Amino acid sequence: MLQKKLILFCCVFASLNQCVKAQNTTDTTDLMDRLEIETTNSTTEYAAATFKTSRLINGHTIETLGKAVLDVKISHRFGTLNNGAYQLFGLDNATMRMGLDFGITNNLMVGIGRSTYQKTFDAFFKVKILRQSSGKKKMPVSISYVPTIAIRTLDWGDSINKYPFSSRVSYTHQLIIARKFSEALSLQIMPTFIHRNLSPLIAEPNDLLAIGIGGRQKLTKRTSFNLEYYYMLPGYKIKGTTNSLSVGFDIETGGHVFQLHFTNTRAMTEKNFISETTGKWQKGDILFGFNISRVFNIGKKKS
Amino acid sequence: MKKLLFSITLLNCCNIVFAQKFYTKNGSISFFSTTYVENIQADNNQVMSVLNATTGELQFSLFIKGFHFKKALMEEHFNENYLESDQYPKATFKGTIADINKINFLKDGVYPILVSGDLTMHGITNKISSKGSITIKEGAITGSSVFSVALADYKIVIPAIVETKISKTIEIKVNCLYDQKM
Repeated sequence: MLQKKLILFCCVFASLNQCVKAQNTTDTTDLMDRLEIETTNSTTEYAAATFKTSRLINGHTIETLGKAVLDVKISHRFGTLNNGAYQLFGLDNATMRMGLDFGITNNLMVGIGRSTYQKTFDAFFKVKILRQSSGKKKMPVSISYVPTIAIRTLDWGDSINKYPFSSRVSYTHQLIIARKFSEALSLQIMPTFIHRNLSPLIAEPNDLLAIGIGGRQKLTKRTSFNLEYYYMLPGYKIKGTTNSLSVGFDIETGGHVFQLHFTNTRAMTEKNFISETTGKWQKGDILFGFNISRVFNIGKKKS
Repeated sequence: MKKLLFSITLLNCCNIVFAQKFYTKNGSISFFSTTYVENIQADNNQVMSVLNATTGELQFSLFIKGFHFKKALMEEHFNENYLESDQYPKATFKGTIADINKINFLKDGVYPILVSGDLTMHGITNKISSKGSITIKEGAITGSSVFSVALADYKIVIPAIVETKISKTIEIKVNCLYDQKM
């Protein structure tokens, strides 16, 4: 009898338990809310599209191309505005860089280019080291590393001295640390190391240090205002040069990104625009320029 | 006494069989845009869904960023320009299956269903209804459906420059295996 009573008790308890459970979770919405929280906590969400394209104005952004994406970049910098109407405010002169960038993986890209400034060839790769994320894995910033090699092929204009090929070569190493603060605002800092195999004067160092800061503020979904400034650290600034300061405007239309900007530098390779800018904004040495980027997906089409 | 014991036991069993909700966190929803210029497809395999077998309530929820495209740039534009996923991170559906009692969850078979309810995405809610089916096979429950939505109904604006590449109505395929229950 006692045994029976015990069984009965257990059964009643079990059914009560079920009832309570059933009531607690009757609401389908409650269960859905729980699933959403679980999913949010178990997935990592990476910050995407911190910048519109792989260049901010003259220099790089944190962004790399997607896998098997080819990016054709044509960039122009015209003459300075203070040339006046005779030179159509600089439009009569232009330096140009043609470039091809390619995404090997989603985190690694390579690129080559040729600029009319000192007839310079350049090549670089860019790798994403860290990606800003939230959710399961939390990371406050994204970090990319970009080493660039630049080779000046312009004649030395010196018939007496012979220079070896190596004196035409320079290297730039940049670490780019970026954070997308909101949908509209992204900022990055770019510590930069430049090594020149040949410095024009013995008194000048071969190794130079600079820090860049830059950012974008979106104006609409498809346009943004950009700013880029490279500061040569004291002791590394070459006499007669100024820091590079540029403001720009991005317009994105599907596969194209148009970047229009005003800057004080004619060059478009890192070593040249970071350490050899001579234009002064306050004197009107302001150049209008643009970059046009067109991307092509050249990966195999999956059905 | 025995009768009481029996009825309590039966009650417990009933609870197990009928007061049941089936759910999943790995359902799939894909969408397709088909035009003569370009076909676009994106898949989301982290769809959450709850199916209440007693009341017929059916809910879906997914994160817009969970849709993946073959082209990285498409995915970026989808999130940034069209669905604005930072502002509207989720899409949800809350509705009911008509005549849920006609489905015998204990018997294998394909049961046609009619689902109606509210679909919310891009911050806009519309009533929709769609045909679909529930397939029961060896205790496994799969729900599937195909339906279309018009982008204009959800204020998703396609600029003139890419108008030929993106269809005005998008076909959506749902396929969820309800692998968990409570």
